[in-house]
Amino acid sequence: MHSSDRREQQHRKSARQRSLLEVKNLSMLFPARRRLGQARAWVRAVDGVTLSVISGETLAVVGESGCGKTTLGRAMVMLARPTAGEVSFDNIELTKLSLGALRAARRQLQMIFQDPYGSLDPRQRVEDIVGEPLLIRGVPRRARRERVAELLGLVGLGPDAAPRLPREFSGGQRQRVGIARALAAEPKLIVCDEPLSALDVSIQAQIVALLKDVQQRLVLTYVFISHDLAVVRQIADRVAVMYLGTVVELADAAVIFQAPRHPYTVALLSAVPKLATRSSTSQAPPLVQGDPPSPIDVPRGCRFHPRCWLRERLNNPEICVSAEPFLSGGDKHLSACHFATELVRHATLDFDASASLSAGDSR
Amino acid sequence: MSAIEASPSVRSTIIWRATSLIRQRPALALSILCLALVALVALGAPLLPYGPFKQDILHRNGVPSAFHWLGTDELGRDVGARLAMGARVSLIVAISSSLIAVAIGVMIGMLSGYLGGFADTLIMRFVDSMYAFPETLFAILIASLVKGQLSGQAPALLEPLAEAYRWSGGLLGVLLTLGFTCWLTTARLVRSQVLALKNSEYILASQLAGASGWFIVKKHLLPNAQPVILVAITFVVPNAILLEAGLSFIGIGVDPPTPSWGTMIAAGVQSLQSYPHLLIAPALAIGATLLALNVVGDALRDLYDPALRR
Amino acid sequence: MSSASERTFAQHAGPLLRVEDLRVHIPTSRGVVEAVDGVSFSINKGEIVGIVGESGCGKSMLALSIVRLVPSPGRIIAGHVAMAGRDLLSLSEREMRRVRGNDVGMIFQDPSASLNPVMRVGDQVSETVEAHHSLTALQAKQRSLDMLRAVRIPGPEVRYRDYPHQYSGGMRQRAMIAVGSVNHPRLLIADEPTTALDVTVQAQIMELLLAMNRATGTAIMLITHNIALVSHFCSRVLVMYAGRIVESGPTLEVFETPKHPYTDALLKAVPRIEEKSEGGLLPIEGRPPDLARKPRGCAFHPRCPQRKDICLVEEPPPFKIGPGRKARCWLAQETSPFEEDARLSS
Repeated sequence: MHSSDRREQQHRKSARQRSLLEVKNLSMLFPARRRLGQARAWVRAVDGVTLSVISGETLAVVGESGCGKTTLGRAMVMLARPTAGEVSFDNIELTKLSLGALRAARRQLQMIFQDPYGSLDPRQRVEDIVGEPLLIRGVPRRARRERVAELLGLVGLGPDAAPRLPREFSGGQRQRVGIARALAAEPKLIVCDEPLSALDVSIQAQIVALLKDVQQRLVLTYVFISHDLAVVRQIADRVAVMYLGTVVELADAAVIFQAPRHPYTVALLSAVPKLATRSSTSQAPPLVQGDPPSPIDVPRGCRFHPRCWLRERLNNPEICVSAEPFLSGGDKHLSACHFATELVRHATLDFDASASLSAGDSR
Repeated sequence: MSAIEASPSVRSTIIWRATSLIRQRPALALSILCLALVALVALGAPLLPYGPFKQDILHRNGVPSAFHWLGTDELGRDVGARLAMGARVSLIVAISSSLIAVAIGVMIGMLSGYLGGFADTLIMRFVDSMYAFPETLFAILIASLVKGQLSGQAPALLEPLAEAYRWSGGLLGVLLTLGFTCWLTTARLVRSQVLALKNSEYILASQLAGASGWFIVKKHLLPNAQPVILVAITFVVPNAILLEAGLSFIGIGVDPPTPSWGTMIAAGVQSLQSYPHLLIAPALAIGATLLALNVVGDALRDLYDPALRR
Repeated sequence: MSSASERTFAQHAGPLLRVEDLRVHIPTSRGVVEAVDGVSFSINKGEIVGIVGESGCGKSMLALSIVRLVPSPGRIIAGHVAMAGRDLLSLSEREMRRVRGNDVGMIFQDPSASLNPVMRVGDQVSETVEAHHSLTALQAKQRSLDMLRAVRIPGPEVRYRDYPHQYSGGMRQRAMIAVGSVNHPRLLIADEPTTALDVTVQAQIMELLLAMNRATGTAIMLITHNIALVSHFCSRVLVMYAGRIVESGPTLEVFETPKHPYTDALLKAVPRIEEKSEGGLLPIEGRPPDLARKPRGCAFHPRCPQRKDICLVEEPPPFKIGPGRKARCWLAQETSPFEEDARLSS
């Protein structure tokens, strides 16, 4: 290949690699009420997250209840003002904007919500719901009508959907309306907050196909929040794993599912049931015990240490309790674990050959 | 892709439920009839043979007879005509003052609920302290203030208002009084509804689309607060009617000779020993009307109760 | 459990639970919803059977109808439900109450809705014991503590006195399992027991249920939409659609070689964590049918990529396609040498 071609390719690659949304040291703390007299405690929903979302990609944010992924999603689109840290979109610092300026700037960031029954105003017709972003921007009525019909077609609903009320539709169809509404604002980035969780399995597949299709056609960037790792594997380019308000692992999807570098990710992946076949019927015993802790009482040192199987395996090293690990590990695969490199020796994940976690020795 | 199957018309379900409710509850049907009667009488008041103001001193305090079906009062005026006129007053009071009270309540409730934070706390503490104040006493206070300003010599600024006051026979004063007194419950109801709706995802979606607070209130919060506003109206209307009667009873409601059920009861109480018929008619009228309003209000609340939807 | 019923259970030769042609109808303003439409199956002692289907397929209503807890205005209008030979549908309400919580335990999806929020957890377990056995309060409490320990609630003596809101989600589910199992029922009906839980907690709960099954021989009817879960824990699976069982058989066989197009489509639509399917997930076109207005013929035909003319007209009966395997599909008839009436023994 010619050197100029190579330079061209590099240039295009770095342009494509440009980060669209950046989050630096973002924290969302909520006051938790305690009994009178006791010191006020804080719910550390999001606790110092630094991430960037690359233009054109689908970044998945996964984790269990209490990990802060939904709060992070809302903070990213500035639906809630971060307690600390900054959010930049297209090199504009959103956190520094006044409310008025924010209102003008914000159409490029949109959101799709989890609950198809709560995310549409029950008293508005579909055409008004989908047309609202256009109305706010001052698009005249006829142009609005046409655009709404276009959008409804794009999401797979016919024009006869327009004059109807949300309650006449099923969950899957309502989600489509929600997607059409998000697209009406012509955004560059869409945060999808668990868009499939309330839908039936067969409908989920339809919506996933729709999201992928729309992303390709309109050149969109997605932040996909979900607790369903199986779906995430189908749709994500990169994955960020969250635990108790922080990102504990961040890597390309292909890599993270094959060779995770954080014990929590390993535990999470091993807990997801895989379809058994005759050659591999046993599900690995669970690697973590107990429930995910509450974000009010964050453990000292590494947040995961009370439930960490690796720590047990390594005979409870001191550092897990005394020092909080930060995301590190080079450019592409980051992990917040003191023993990320040791991990490989203790667990191998082999989904393709035998759908189970074969963990080193004792188990 | 997926075709949309037409589901049975949803707009007719409210009508369907309303009619089935009426069929199930005879008391409700009766109450609706009673209110219809009151409305009819109020509207048809001018058609009655005897005017409510025509005095016939010679035949004062007459018992019900062929000429005067409900008798005559202490100045010889036809009780029936005055009752009908009083019905008119009650109707006007019911509608207008409720509108004023609900409008004030909705504005304050929306403001407080949507703004939240310190403004909400401030407004709600104010509402709470007003709630602690006895309503009738408060109404008397406001009524005196209003009458003081508008009857007799009014300051230049309020002159057109005073004109209207005189023309309405003191009714405007009552409307304003009730409007400024009865908004508390509405404000509370609306505020709690707004608080519940504020975090709905469709409101968030509107914010994301760049909607201003005013837009959200107008397009989303007000329409979705309709059931609550309706419930508030069902509370305010009977309350207003009763309060007006009370004010007129004491003498600071409508100005004489405008008939009101309250003034008629006041006069009737005075001559209870000798001419009981003067009290019975207005007392029954107001009692029946309030009962009917309560029953209908109950039914309306049940109609909108999501728990009873099936 | 009293020794008399123990003997009944031990002696009874056939399957533990036998359901034949069960039908549940619910009258609504839209018409009569045929929630359960001729379901027949059986569960043997100690077996774990999975019932798989999406929302609206009737699986929850099926579970409720076995213990006769169908909410009005729904009614069981036909069929037989027999436990160890005893016909449950003909029992009086009083006798039925002795069955619930004693011979049959139930676990529901949302533990917060099923536990009494103003009653201590331990007392709720004891209450179930005392309702079925004449023991002293102390003895009942002892059994409850044993059960709380068995479901691995840490520090049961202290936790006994806690209220449900003081428990975490996973612990509440364990408490529910305790309530459902404390009288050592022969059959445990678990309706989506892990759907509302985090995946790591789900793994623990499933392991617990499996351990209980192995230790006490309690049969489990696991109702879920999670196919992968069923493939690990259930020896047999019943696939439901529109109120009917469309396919049944040994789990691994059914999932490896599905004979009903719905089962096949479901397997293709479900995302797998083991791999990224390059073609993407294959959605099933259309939507589940309105149970008040089911299509003529086979209920799945509007969405079936392999439908034939007969499918639009006639509903296929369950065809026997192998030992213990059945499929309600005209296509299956072609590959099976014989046909079996749904009323015959399963």
